[in-house]
Amino acid sequence: VRYHWNWAVLVTEPYVYWMLLGLMWTVLVSLSGWIIAFSLGSIVGIARTVKQPIVRTLAGAYVEVFRNVPLLVQLFLWYFVLPELLPKAAGTWLKRELPYAEFWTAVVGLGTYTACRVAEQVRAGIHAIAGGQANAGLATGLTTWQVYRHILLPVAYRIIVPALTSEFLNIFKNSSLALTIGLLEVTSRSRQISEYTYQPIEMFTEATAIYCVITLIVTAGMRVVERRSRLPGMITVEAR
Amino acid sequence: MAEFDLAYLTSALPLLWDGMEVTLLLTLFGVVGGLALGAVLAVLRLSRAKPLALLAAGYVTFFRSIPILLGIFWFYFLVPLWLGRPVGGFYAALIGFVLFEAAYFCEIIRAGIQSVRRGQILVGLASGLTYRQTMRTIVLPQALRNMLPVLLTQSINLFKGTSLVYVVGVRDFLTAADIIGTRDNQIIEMYCLVAVVYFLLCFAASLLAGRLQRRYAI
Repeated sequence: VRYHWNWAVLVTEPYVYWMLLGLMWTVLVSLSGWIIAFSLGSIVGIARTVKQPIVRTLAGAYVEVFRNVPLLVQLFLWYFVLPELLPKAAGTWLKRELPYAEFWTAVVGLGTYTACRVAEQVRAGIHAIAGGQANAGLATGLTTWQVYRHILLPVAYRIIVPALTSEFLNIFKNSSLALTIGLLEVTSRSRQISEYTYQPIEMFTEATAIYCVITLIVTAGMRVVERRSRLPGMITVEAR
Repeated sequence: MAEFDLAYLTSALPLLWDGMEVTLLLTLFGVVGGLALGAVLAVLRLSRAKPLALLAAGYVTFFRSIPILLGIFWFYFLVPLWLGRPVGGFYAALIGFVLFEAAYFCEIIRAGIQSVRRGQILVGLASGLTYRQTMRTIVLPQALRNMLPVLLTQSINLFKGTSLVYVVGVRDFLTAADIIGTRDNQIIEMYCLVAVVYFLLCFAASLLAGRLQRRYAI
């Protein structure tokens, strides 16, 4: 089969513009999803380490449910199933009136899924700190909240920076799944343009390059965070 | 519109099972192929030949930077171009899974081998074993025990990840349920069913992984 190369397609109007829009959505969805993932994941992860068994169980259930269902299925549940389960007015609003519905669905879907992975890292970080430190804090008269705030969390988050880098990179890659609910992000745009122009190799190469550059930028940025937050004398776990 | 009850579910079961077979096949071939290629990559990464180690490291970094979904689109388009005839989504997706999983398996195997303390290799060599014997009788048995739970977890991830073949229309479990649900106007029930089935299978498998970890931990 002959393939007609045409790299000029990458800089042809309107495809440049489409791809830039795709990049914008990929970045927006990933960053917004990360806000949910980081905050919700922190709450769930901390909840898994507290004394109250009910709180621990609930947080554990959250992690198990979100970890054991494929992300694609979760996105379908949020996008197609949730509006049907809600009261009629709310469901109709979600389906018909909410602007950028696929964007918000992707943000919530990616965020809540990644939150369960962040939670596991936060929990591991807290558990990595010797129990004696928490006890010492309590013995000196700090409340449980103060022990978390001043002793456990500052160290735990520093230990898990490399692991969080991996999760942050994952959310960019996983944002490509949003194309199944109609979000026109990078992967979706590359496919769309390749169908319009019959130049899939050029378009997929461009998309591949975009993801590689995102990885490079995020990795470099997180390395700075890692250096700034490093505790002298502490060995952190390298990201794998 | 049919009622979503046991009778309906029974009628849908053969098609759903066909889909589950495709999902299981993709997972099985993906794990076997990914492990084989991943083991080769891990050996290269740990080898003393610098260019080979760099090449393997580059492979791993590259494949871990791209979404697997984009990989599936690449091969869905490229494989027919190479072969000169359409092959369908199954093989394209399978090639994608093997190449991407290899990068992950490589890192797991490498970490497993490196988890065995270096001193043990030196002791093995000092006691007169050859390098090969040291690897086979001292390093690999321990490394395998360390890797086993993580390998299982990664296989569960692939099992969930095979649902991505939905985008190229391969009839796996999710796609089969999607087709049936659309046909019978039962899409809500079908998606819920898919979620429950995936949850039960993966939850059971991850419990098993946890038990393996406790039993074989060194």
